Amino acid sequence: MSRDNILHRIRTALGRSAGQAVADPPPARIRVPDVDMEKRIASMFAAIEALAGKTHRAATPADARAFVAAAIEGKSAVASNAPFLVECGIASLPGVRSGITDREELRGLCATADVGITSADYALADTGSLVMIASTNEARLVSLLPPAHIAVVPRARILTGLDELFSVVPNPADVASSMVLITGPSRTADIEQILVRGVHGPGQITVVVVG
Amino acid sequence: MSVEFDRKIHNTLADANLQLAIYTATARLKDKRAETVAPDALPDYQELRTQANAVKKHTIENLDYYLEEFERNVEAHGGKVVYAKDGTEVADFVLGLAKDRGARLIVKSKSMTTEEVDLNERLEHHGLESVETDLGEYIIQLAHERPYHIVAPALHLTRYDVADLFTKRLNVPRETVIEKQTAIARKVLRQKFLAADIGISGANFLVAGSGAVVLVENEGNIRLTTSAPKIHIAIAGIEKMIPRAQDLAVFLKLLGRSGTGQLLTVYTSFLSGPRRGGEIDGPDEFYVVLLDNGRTRLLPDRGKRQSLYCIRCGACLNACPVYRKIGGHSFPWVYSGPIGAIITPQFMGVSHEPGLPFASSLCGACAEVCPVKIDIPKVLLELRSDVKKAEVREKRNRLEKLAFRAFAWLMTHPRLYEMAGKLAASAAPPDGSGWIKSVPAPMNIGPLRAWLSQRDLPPAPARSFREMWRRR
Repeated sequence: MSRDNILHRIRTALGRSAGQAVADPPPARIRVPDVDMEKRIASMFAAIEALAGKTHRAATPADARAFVAAAIEGKSAVASNAPFLVECGIASLPGVRSGITDREELRGLCATADVGITSADYALADTGSLVMIASTNEARLVSLLPPAHIAVVPRARILTGLDELFSVVPNPADVASSMVLITGPSRTADIEQILVRGVHGPGQITVVVVG
Repeated sequence: MSVEFDRKIHNTLADANLQLAIYTATARLKDKRAETVAPDALPDYQELRTQANAVKKHTIENLDYYLEEFERNVEAHGGKVVYAKDGTEVADFVLGLAKDRGARLIVKSKSMTTEEVDLNERLEHHGLESVETDLGEYIIQLAHERPYHIVAPALHLTRYDVADLFTKRLNVPRETVIEKQTAIARKVLRQKFLAADIGISGANFLVAGSGAVVLVENEGNIRLTTSAPKIHIAIAGIEKMIPRAQDLAVFLKLLGRSGTGQLLTVYTSFLSGPRRGGEIDGPDEFYVVLLDNGRTRLLPDRGKRQSLYCIRCGACLNACPVYRKIGGHSFPWVYSGPIGAIITPQFMGVSHEPGLPFASSLCGACAEVCPVKIDIPKVLLELRSDVKKAEVREKRNRLEKLAFRAFAWLMTHPRLYEMAGKLAASAAPPDGSGWIKSVPAPMNIGPLRAWLSQRDLPPAPARSFREMWRRR
């Protein structure tokens, strides 16, 4: 059996024996800077805009609702089951389908919708990334299949960056089967190094920070 | 250097369009990398490299431990780990699973590891449809070629080449606008994603402590490959291991910057097992195939072992004055550039292309940009020495072969054999003493004397066996 052969070859090559303990790996290098919230938001927006993403600062949930309503006017949209979208009244906007828990139904809707609306578990200030952890609230395909993605995030969820993310969620596998970081719109430069957005994922991304 | 290697290099050098394409693309990637790792952009860049190197060194030196930890964690989350020693075992596993589940259509995301084992060809040979979904890889698959560059596979093709390919292979009207070509591919591939039975990905990292596969990309095809079909198979080299998820805070910062000059690629997926209770979508089955394919061969050598630290960012290709002239297809295997020059001879054996470790000016640009600090020039030097040693061995073997050929020739020519025997007998010492003991004094010295003192040939008989036979 290849498993045992391969492990045996490795042990022989390294001079180790089966079940032999290892010294601790070098300590993890996690450096969380101290950045105040306004600076985080400014840095996150700058990063998203540099990638041709759109940003909006909503003072209140009602403001976020109005912004999203205008953005999806005349379009079909599917929203995730994130409680924050319900709180903002976005899940109940006209033209928005929400509350779907059946895989096939959701997949069909995402494949035809113009816009996917989600919240995010976290956002990263230094790279402008959204952190999406799979759950009953957030399906994977809502932020992936429709050509446009709108994410509505309460400001308290904005972390400074990767280091803080991995100190808050040291092992994502404990939480869900999938954690995805989204940093700007889908893009490719595979033909002649010319940048094209929206090759497989959404070509447009809008991040709304509430508060 | 083989004739083939030489010919490919000359063809690339003679193609002005190709020279320009390689030069521009690598310059762009190189400059973008330099901007994002500059001291004002990333002050702790050198510390991150040092940490990445230390973590990789530790992991490779204890690889069996981390593989087993990885395996336990994948299984704890409902996934399964399969070890494969080569491409045949990878294909056998995928084919067996496909047959069992009645799968016909496979979507694939870009993976150098599956290129290494020609997975698509093997699957298609058995009647499965296996579609590459990264735009560049899709183009390469339609053209039946190998990737030209680790991160930019279709670097050598122009929009006009793509237009010809799409018209010919997809039956669409000729289209030379790149945005529209991309839209064509999106449309064709979207249907494949939604219909596919199995998604096959590679892995940028395997996280032992989480049992997770980490994948980075810009297009979204990896997310689709790993989320839309009911089965996800990740195929990864055993060396992709890192101990903990927290190590990603270091590696992800280095990978995006070194590869394409991005702070992070558009999508980073951290996947640990099939979808769990309550999760709405995601695959029902999750497999990780851990591939050896020559990797364990280079573990015993402490100096060259560091070749396995590579995270396949491609920065060394863009920095390399040789790659930038001779391009990706001149290299004898799927891995090109400086990293290809050190891992190809080690995975495939130095005789695969003895000229390869010499196709370098040893300028050190590769080592300077390597995010995990692999000392590529040093490994190249060691490989040169290996090639030379192999040549000496080969020469010695040739001498031995020549001696045996002469002996065989003599044995198959009875008359000559007899004459040689007589000649030898006539040279025997006249006093009937030992031949070897009579070796002249100047040769009878040092270790030879000890050897000669214990050995001798019997005295020559008056008549040879042949003579007695004739007179019987």
